[in-house]
Amino acid sequence: MTVKHVHELDRVVIRFAGDSGDGMQLTGDRFTAETASFGNDLSTLPNFPAEIRAPAGTLPGVSSFQLHFANYDILTPGDAPDVLVAMNPAALKANLPDVPKGATIIVDTGDFTPRALKKVGWDTSPLEDNTLSAYKVHALDLSGITMEALAPFELSRKDASRSKNMFALGLLSWMYGRSIDGTVKFLHEKFATRETIRDANVAALKAGWNYGETTEEFAVSYEVKPAAMPAGTYRNITGNLALSYGLIAAARQSGLPLFLGSYPITPASDILHELSKHKRFGVRTFQAEDEVAAIGAALGASFGGALGVTTTSGPGVALKGETVGLAVSLELPLVIVDVQRGGPSTGLPTKTEQADLLQVLYGRNGESPVPVVAASSPSDCFHAAIEAVRIAVTYRTPVFLLSDGYLANGSEPWHVPDVESLPTIDPGFATELNHDGEGERDFWPYLRDPETLARPWAVPGTPGLEHRIGGIEKLDGPGTISYDPNNHERMVRLRQAKVDGIAGVPDLEVEDPSGAARLLVVGWGSTYGPIGAAVRRARKAGHNVAQAHLRHLNPMPANTGDLLRSYDRVLVPEMNLGQLALLLRGKYLVDVVGYNRVRGLPFKAEELADVIMEEVGAL
Amino acid sequence: MTAPVELGRPGLAGVPTTDVKQTKKDFTSDQEVRWCPGCGDYAVLAAVQGFLPDLGLARENIVFVSGIGCSSRFPYYMNTYGMHSIHGRAPAIATGLAASRPDLSVWVITGDGDALSIGGNHLIHALRRNVNLTILLFNNRIYGLTKGQYSPTSEQGKITKSTPMGSLEAPFNPVSLALGAEATFVGRTIDSDRQHLTSVLSAAAAHRGTSLVEIYQNCNIFNDGAFEILKNRDSRDEVLIRLEHGEPVRFGADGQHGVRRNPSTGSLEVCAGDDPGVIVHDATADDPTQAFALSRLADPGTLARSPIGVFRQVERPAYGDLMATQLDEAADKHGPGDLQALLRGNDPWTVG
Repeated sequence: MTVKHVHELDRVVIRFAGDSGDGMQLTGDRFTAETASFGNDLSTLPNFPAEIRAPAGTLPGVSSFQLHFANYDILTPGDAPDVLVAMNPAALKANLPDVPKGATIIVDTGDFTPRALKKVGWDTSPLEDNTLSAYKVHALDLSGITMEALAPFELSRKDASRSKNMFALGLLSWMYGRSIDGTVKFLHEKFATRETIRDANVAALKAGWNYGETTEEFAVSYEVKPAAMPAGTYRNITGNLALSYGLIAAARQSGLPLFLGSYPITPASDILHELSKHKRFGVRTFQAEDEVAAIGAALGASFGGALGVTTTSGPGVALKGETVGLAVSLELPLVIVDVQRGGPSTGLPTKTEQADLLQVLYGRNGESPVPVVAASSPSDCFHAAIEAVRIAVTYRTPVFLLSDGYLANGSEPWHVPDVESLPTIDPGFATELNHDGEGERDFWPYLRDPETLARPWAVPGTPGLEHRIGGIEKLDGPGTISYDPNNHERMVRLRQAKVDGIAGVPDLEVEDPSGAARLLVVGWGSTYGPIGAAVRRARKAGHNVAQAHLRHLNPMPANTGDLLRSYDRVLVPEMNLGQLALLLRGKYLVDVVGYNRVRGLPFKAEELADVIMEEVGAL
Repeated sequence: MTAPVELGRPGLAGVPTTDVKQTKKDFTSDQEVRWCPGCGDYAVLAAVQGFLPDLGLARENIVFVSGIGCSSRFPYYMNTYGMHSIHGRAPAIATGLAASRPDLSVWVITGDGDALSIGGNHLIHALRRNVNLTILLFNNRIYGLTKGQYSPTSEQGKITKSTPMGSLEAPFNPVSLALGAEATFVGRTIDSDRQHLTSVLSAAAAHRGTSLVEIYQNCNIFNDGAFEILKNRDSRDEVLIRLEHGEPVRFGADGQHGVRRNPSTGSLEVCAGDDPGVIVHDATADDPTQAFALSRLADPGTLARSPIGVFRQVERPAYGDLMATQLDEAADKHGPGDLQALLRGNDPWTVG
């Protein structure tokens, strides 16, 4: 038997790529689960086309899943794969430009027919010319070996070859010393009622593992030791899942029943799917006829004393704008989740971007201030959701919660919080008359709390507090219709002052280990990881760099202006053409510099590090 | 497939009642009513304020939600909970409220522009879902608040500010539309007939699920006399068909006209009152075919042969009740939610 060597590595980036129907997302998910339970830190980036099944074997139909795992804390899914697993010619061709020279490529040769090659514009097989000479290539007939291994199951050719992703998973699991027990259990649950399929997949998985263990093709396996993490319970979690759980948790912490009004839209739909599973938590989910009805129903539920939430992406936000304005006027709690994607219009539905910031801040008629909270990582979506609910309920206001396609589908390990440690949110419903009227006590729906400027929330069913609210300007205090010019100005300024005065927005913290940095890098949202990784690289290369990340985009932390002004240079990387930069320049008169990419993909740490070092060098 | 649900919540039984005697004054807010003098809306407001005390509901459990338009000011004048929302969206907003609060009597006040033009989508879906709402559709066949443009119920050829050579569009028949949208309760009444208005609205309020009542309402400023043919003592008997559940469909001063099925086309036609084929109105029939055919009798231009009354009144579980049942079932089957277990998930690991 061959002697197998084990090499130790500190980090690895693997990309699984195949046809949309090849099960690459599932393969990636399972490798991630194995890696998470092994104790590595990790970060993932699924990347798939908007078409459900683009024509098989074509470049537009390629789906991939990238996973970065390490024995230390990492911040991004990795710039470039160390290992590419390509299940067909299209997957190889589409991903090859991202693979650095010297990297490992495992190719399934099963589909390298002249016809399949021609589909992607290759006249000769790249396996037989010099195309791949700079790489370590393992050209294996994964499909053929899988079918051979599954011969005893007497499956159709098509069914048998569908298990090739499990063979690949088994092989990679062996290469990186991951246990496949969890995946075996997973397959038992997934195919509980289809025994043959279940057994065939398990057999393919094990065959893949054994192939690595026993053949001479692979002489070396790798070990990436667990990362040191603070003690506690961990799980792997995607942004959409964390956001869903954050909403459920916030509902519990506020004692309000959760009502979600939503219309299916990529990449937000998984929040609707997830919340629909949790009816025993008292969660009501309503799949509306359109985006407008989705937010309308959520607002109606809020009027009735529920925690009204609507989830969508940029095009949906555009449709909901008028109702957000109504919520501003009604001053009722409402959370609008915008999982941003590439725009304008339909744009890039499955790709990430952060170009809705100005839309959520200013995309409405009139002076219409709305607080904005942005999550910075997949697991942070949980806490960001609770914060959005806190502001919405405390200040009786719609709140935008921003996520994006990268956070939504990307995953990372999450230190599961003790639910007893979560903050409580007091809805403080009005139950009593609140004003001395002519000869008797009465109820003024717009009599504000002097501290928060929030108005009372009196829900139907509360005797004596019957009142009417609406989108027409209201008289300060009584809340009746008023067209008085001075009253309108007062109300416009009061609504603005309420949002400006939101308490509990912590000061913007700066990370500057040297204390000597003259360059500050400021980001918001999902760029937290890539900026952090890039800043680390720059520091490693000997540069002093400070980093700060905005979670509250409206209102911004009180110290933001002073902080920006205390650096010689402020760099603002964004996946848009400079939206935060515009705000910082306008609000604080600081000449910030933008670095802007809109490729539908997260920043690469290396690329950003180069920009940072260039900026430091220019100082 | 949802199992048949025993809801135990027929009609208004889900809404708390009061023993305290209520009067019209209790339902009248302190706001000055600002419709044009002579507007048909006054009559509807007075009728609603007049009959609500008879229902004996807890006033705090009644909510009026409206969109935009003249009639949508209605909630301001009711001393209940209320929301004057945005154009066309009242059924959507009311859906969220009613679906999460089965203990409320939720009313939607809307007009022909609000409900059938900008809000058409929300209206048909509320009807399809059978959300527990009572929708009063004030149809004056004109845009009033924007000062006189044609509406989706205006007769074709109507001369208005935006159609100086006459409108080009065929009008909607709101009753036909509602029946096509799977409505469980559809009625039609007239602003000036207080007794008929009250009887149809009372039946609509008592219906659990969506009830839609089209109210022919006169806009004396921009479309005065739109329903005169149905109101005038000299003409109305010849053109107005009063539907009564279980009664033969006859009209005319002496019941000299009737309605029968044309055996060759299957549609309805006017016949002599003593024709043996005169149909009997059955609002509770499962099949809405005859109700639909009745709605098609009216001439879309002149409104001659307009049936009024309750076209359809059938039982189907209300959306919010079904939703509440699913929540109860989930909690019964799996126990109440355990947040810590949910967060931990199926594949946690521990770092010591």
